[in-house]
Amino acid sequence: MKDKILKILGRNARLSNAQIAERLDISEQEVSETIANLENDGIIKGYKTLINEDYLSEKKVKAMIYIKINPEKDKGFDHIASRLSKFPEVVSLYLVSGEFDLILEIHEKTLKDVGVFISSKLATIDGVVSTDTHFILKKYKELGTLLTKEEKYERLKVTP
Amino acid sequence: MSDLKLHHNRVAKHISSLPKSGIRDFFDLVNSMDNVISLGIGEPDFIAPWHIREATIYALERGHTSYTSNLGLLSLREEICNYLDKNYNLDFSADSECIVTVGVSEALDLILRAIINPGDEIIYHEPCYVSYESEIRMAHGIPVVVETKEEYDFSLYPDDLRTKITPKTKAIILNFPCNPTGATLSDDQLKEIAQIAIENDLIVITDEIYSELTYDGEHTSIATLPEMKDRTVFLHGFSKAYAMTGFRIGYACGPEDLIDAMMKIHQYSMLCASILAQEAALEALINGETEMLKMKDEYCERRNVIVKGLNEIGLKCFKPKGAFYVFPNITSTGLTSVEFATQLLNKKQVAVVPGTAFGQCGEGFVRCAYAASIDDIKIALKKIQEFCDELK
Repeated sequence: MKDKILKILGRNARLSNAQIAERLDISEQEVSETIANLENDGIIKGYKTLINEDYLSEKKVKAMIYIKINPEKDKGFDHIASRLSKFPEVVSLYLVSGEFDLILEIHEKTLKDVGVFISSKLATIDGVVSTDTHFILKKYKELGTLLTKEEKYERLKVTP
Repeated sequence: MSDLKLHHNRVAKHISSLPKSGIRDFFDLVNSMDNVISLGIGEPDFIAPWHIREATIYALERGHTSYTSNLGLLSLREEICNYLDKNYNLDFSADSECIVTVGVSEALDLILRAIINPGDEIIYHEPCYVSYESEIRMAHGIPVVVETKEEYDFSLYPDDLRTKITPKTKAIILNFPCNPTGATLSDDQLKEIAQIAIENDLIVITDEIYSELTYDGEHTSIATLPEMKDRTVFLHGFSKAYAMTGFRIGYACGPEDLIDAMMKIHQYSMLCASILAQEAALEALINGETEMLKMKDEYCERRNVIVKGLNEIGLKCFKPKGAFYVFPNITSTGLTSVEFATQLLNKKQVAVVPGTAFGQCGEGFVRCAYAASIDDIKIALKKIQEFCDELK
């Protein structure tokens, strides 16, 4: 049941417990208890809204920064990654395979702020060998949701 | 037009005598209206998954615009047989026991034409998909109806089937999970029906187009039962599970002699199914499971919502185990099926299909398809509630 509830919340986190209960044909109490457990166990980390930021008055400058690192003895990549992830302007951070080690997504108010972050916070960390910054020009899809408008196709209203 | 009378003999008797679907007017009315919330569609409300559409485009780009072999692309037939082996425990030869058709509709037409001598009786169960009776008649067969009943959740009760068998009976058509009732067969029922087929040496034509959309428990095909493979023609396609209705692609698997006979008709009438649809189907089989299961999960949630909602309104319906239809009893409203559907449409702009579209024994019921978003289902339920309240 946990998995089924997670799947539903993954599609739409705003559904009420009653709505989820109805869909899975279980009691509302079972839903609320399961969700409480999932939250307590740290499996559900939070609920956020997917916003098409093109419509926001306050625009942010976004970039993906590819980072090469000399891993520290005993600590590997985790120590540096955990330091970086504490900056609130870092919205996501991944350890990846391939030419680079970390991919960091940063949202800042201005281009200058991104520059300052890289030069004074990122590049100064011992172990950071190089950075490669890619500014995001346009988002097409986020977390499985298309941000562009699709033309709706009208099918017949009744068929056998 | 003025000379219609003069031409009254132009149409063949067995065609002019085909029952004219009384439901056509209702369908035309619905399709002419705007702002209708529809629980009336007999197809998925999902668009075919992108990877399938993309594969179709890619096939076009590579210039795959030719005929295929009459039976269909060998690669597709092989993939169909693999799929049936893996998921249905059915073992068919891609070379000789599988034919790709233009939807299950063509496959049904082919097998009926392949086996019927004029006057042979074909048993089918009602309420059922609209074309069975006419397809039998068009093949010069005699349709024999066995009614499925509300008290058995519209399952086919083997004893009812038995009473319909005569020396002229050639075959039985089964469709479970069933359009329009959502009914399924239990293992015991399957066994008994198989027994009846064996005892009376009947061919079983089984339309299992909704089989992936089975929600509680596993789907079992009658073709897997002992001694059944050699007398069963298994019909399936991609329309429902993969939301590919408009591709018009299906297939039949069965004993070599019957597939070969179907092939003869198919090669002269259809030649082959569209190569683009065949390529799309191939992609669906190879990479389609994830998206298909996602859609199935959603159907299951919608089923739970609509079954509960209708029963709360007082329109009694059982919880179907398959397809995407519920078939509530509307006799408590005092209306006939057509009156209920027409008035609901006119007063509340909600479309459902009168049960009589699926046979006379569908009187007293309507078909609600839950191939609609949960939001639409909730609004429809609210409007049906209002409609029923206003009748009191």
